[in-house]
Parts: sequence; C-alpha cells; structure tokens
Amino acid sequence: MRSLLPVATVSMFVIALWYVMAVVMNSAWTLDQAKRSGVELSFSEIVFDTMEQERPRLPSPHQVALELWDATIDKKITSRRSLVFHGWVTLSATLLGFLIGSLLGVLLAVSIVHSRVMDMGVMPWAIASQTIPILALAPMIIVILNSVGLSGLIPKAIISAYLSFFPVVVGMVSGFRSPEFMQQDLMRTYNATAWQVFWKLRVPASLPFLFTSLKIGIAASLVGAIVGELPTGAVAGLGARLLAGSYYGQTTQIWAALFSAAILAAMLVGTIGMLQRVTLARMGMDR
Amino acid sequence: MPSSSSIAIDARDVGLRFDTADGYVEALKGVNLTVNSGEFVSLIGPSGCGKTTFLRVVAALEEPTSGQIMVNGMSPDEARRARAYGYVFQAAGLYPWRTIFRNVCLPLEVMRFGREERAERARKAIEMVGLGGFENRFPWQLSGGMQQRASIARALCFDAEILLMDEPFGALDEIVRDRLNEHLLSLWRRTGKTVAFVTHSIPEAVYLSTKIVVMSSRPGRITDVIESPLGRDRPLEIRDTSVFLEVAQRVRAGLRSSHDD
Repeated sequence: MRSLLPVATVSMFVIALWYVMAVVMNSAWTLDQAKRSGVELSFSEIVFDTMEQERPRLPSPHQVALELWDATIDKKITSRRSLVFHGWVTLSATLLGFLIGSLLGVLLAVSIVHSRVMDMGVMPWAIASQTIPILALAPMIIVILNSVGLSGLIPKAIISAYLSFFPVVVGMVSGFRSPEFMQQDLMRTYNATAWQVFWKLRVPASLPFLFTSLKIGIAASLVGAIVGELPTGAVAGLGARLLAGSYYGQTTQIWAALFSAAILAAMLVGTIGMLQRVTLARMGMDR
Repeated sequence: MPSSSSIAIDARDVGLRFDTADGYVEALKGVNLTVNSGEFVSLIGPSGCGKTTFLRVVAALEEPTSGQIMVNGMSPDEARRARAYGYVFQAAGLYPWRTIFRNVCLPLEVMRFGREERAERARKAIEMVGLGGFENRFPWQLSGGMQQRASIARALCFDAEILLMDEPFGALDEIVRDRLNEHLLSLWRRTGKTVAFVTHSIPEAVYLSTKIVVMSSRPGRITDVIESPLGRDRPLEIRDTSVFLEVAQRVRAGLRSSHDD
C-alpha cells in the first residue's frame, strides 16, 4: 500500500498531460469548423469542444473510459460490439499459444542443456527466429495454415507460440544451468543418475527463472495473438477491433481496444506473479 | 565397524597434471599416503598445494594422471559408486528450496532408501550434529555454522565409512569453529569413521588429527607426515599443553621449510 501514493501521483500526471495533449491535438479541427461557420470561440468553448468530438485525433481520457465501460459492462458479452467478446477471442488464442510456446520452450531448454549438439544447433535458430518481424511472418503463417484447412484459433495460437517460446527457452537454459558446480559435485558423490540430478537439482533451481520467463512469454503471447488477428481482416478479437477502428477513423474505439489489451496483459502477468509468489513461498525462496 | 588394521585410503605415487592455457600445472606429484580405517587425517598446506585436489581424487571427482589410489580396497570411482564416502564441501551448499530435514534426506532419496528409513536416519543425523528442533527451517534461516552442521549431517546420514571434509569450517569465526571442532571430534569418536580433513589452520589440524599431512605447492606434494602423540580424548584445553605446542611447532616448521624452497 506504500506504493499507492507514488502510483497515484504518476497516474494523475499522465492523465493531466493526456488532457493537455487532447486540447492541443484536437483544437485544429475545432477552430477549422468554427472558421467555416464564421463563429468566434472563447478559450473555454474550444477546450470543451476538443473533449467531446466524435472522431478526435486523440480522444480524451473520459471518452476512452466511457467507451470502455460501454463496450464491456453495458453490452451483452455475446454482442459483436462487446469488448468482452473480442477480449475472449484474443485471450483464448493467447492462452493456447502460451501453452504451446512455453511447453516447447521448456522442452527445447531441457534438450539444449543435456546435449551439446542441440546447444550448438538449435540455439542460433531460436535467436534467428526472433529477428524476423512477426508482422511480416504472421500473414504467411495464416495463409499457409489456411491452405491446409486450419483457420481461426489455431493459426493465431501458433503465432502466439512463436513469440512466447523464445523467452522461455533463454530463461530456462539459464535456469537449468544455474546450480553451482558444488551442488552438482554433491550429486555426483551420491552417484545420482542424470534423471535424479535433473529432478532434484536442475528443476527446482530453475523455478525462479521459469516464472520470470513465463511473465515475458505470456505478454509476448498476447502481442502474437493480436498481430495474428490483423491479416484475417477484422473478423474478431482485440486486433480486429484495432483494425476496424483504424478503417473507420474510430479513434476512441482504438484506444478502448488498446486499453483492454493492456488490462488483459496486466491480469495475465499478475496471475503468473501470484503463482510465482505462492510457489516460491512454499519452497522457502520468497525472500 | 572395520578392523583398525584395514586401510581406508592408499595412495601410491599419485600425480595429477592440469592442462591449462599457460601450460601444465602439477597439482599433485608423487603423493604417497596410507590412511588406516578409523584415523582422523588432516591435510594442511598453503593454498595451491593440492590438498583439496587430493581429496577430490579420493572422491573420484578428479582423476589422477599417474600413480595408483585405492579407497576401501577399490578404485575411487568404484568407491564412489559404492557410496563409500560422505563429502563435506567448503560451503554448506544446502539446497535453498529444501528444509534442513529435507536437505539431509537428499542423499537418502537419491540412494532410494524407503520413506520411513529416510526419516529415521535424517532425524538421527540431525540429532547427532545438534540441530534437533531446526528440521523445518530453511537454510537461510540458520547461521553459517548451523548450515555447515546440517551439511555434515547430510554427509553422515547414509553411514559411509569415510568422511571427506574440505575446509568445512574455513568461512566460520574462531568461536564457532572451536565449538564445531569439539563437536566433530566427539562425533568421530562415537562413530569410528575415517576422516580426511583439509584445513589451513595449524591449531585445527593438531587438535583434530591422529595424523597430520603437511603439503607444499608447485608441485603439490607431501613434505611431512606427523603421527600425533595426543590421545583420543581431547578437551579444548589440550591446546595449551606442551605436547600440543610441540606438534604445532613441527607442523609450522614443515610448512615454513616447504615455503622456503
């Protein structure tokens, strides 16, 4: 609770700055309209108008908040105008992609740690895979999977997995390698099998690394799912809302979708953070 | 318990060369040493004299490049696989995610003891090092000395005949060290184990050992082997007796002469 004051202060500042920027950016349109109809506007009238435009360049905070409220609470969740509906579409692809990506990541890390060939052969490819802009790759994944009859959830989940496996691989390779030589020597003096060393030493030692990489991975998954929704042409999901918003100049809708994505990401990362705290506390590693 | 005449460690002309970027380093050269069962042997010498390396050779954590070594009549690796020794490292090296009890259980789990036997042996070992009541603490909740005691319990619990200890009390302060030394001696007397103990403290070596092995560096070798005239019962005050001081003197002389050449 001690962090409440600083957080509130920063938020207030950001919101204030946002309002100022809204006035600055939207006033051009207001003044233009006034000039065409030959009306002189007072300063307060200009300020008021910049905050209530239909299609502002930068919607003001309360407009975005209202849109968010309207699209999540007031709409039926089955409605295509409900952000809950679109959020769920994105969330399901995110979760499936995250599951595939982190499983793949952990498996790759296990094989890299236990095999020099995998270490030399796979790691460079894993790194290379992340240098290709996902925006360029996503349409191809969609098209190729579509041609083999896969559409909807699966292609998006695969793009999601593509982004989320990498932080998990990198994190878990460090995690599995984190035990000190002494701890490994100790296992050797017990004549432990590789299997025992893995389960009794490497796995528990890697858990703090696991949670950290899962946090990064799930955020990347969400980005992947949203990007995966763009090439399909605004069917459904938060990505589709963003795309539709930009087609029709609905800036408020874009911002509302952006905020729902951010809130979703915060909830996902927060959930893993909670799992992390509970697990590490039970293992006595929560100092 | 093995008979007092049997040999626990028998090293003949053992040598170990490390191939480093700057050429060969002779960590051990021509090391001859016989340790009888039930003896308490200290290896003392300056850093880099190969005392830790020798202990690691006994434990089959390093392989000698020349000579022969037998542990309990087997090769070191056979002895390792037969779990003939317990090893105590310089740092306690407890697994931070395990409680003290579960840390002591670790070797027992690896060696596939049954659940009940694990619990019984772990409790006994914890009791033996005087950590009763701390079973459910995590390592970070214990002082350094207590952690090291837990690591000794971990090396004791599976009842290996040989205990290899690599400067286990090096990082602890004098007072804690004295207490642990006393404790270790009484443990050794009660269990009749063979102990090989690496240290660079002269009083510690003299106080604990029945046999003191003085080593010197470059190349790592043995310069003197001193059979202690002290009896098995050793109160801390024995360190003020003339016999004790004479032995300490001889160890110091051995260390100094090896340092000069």
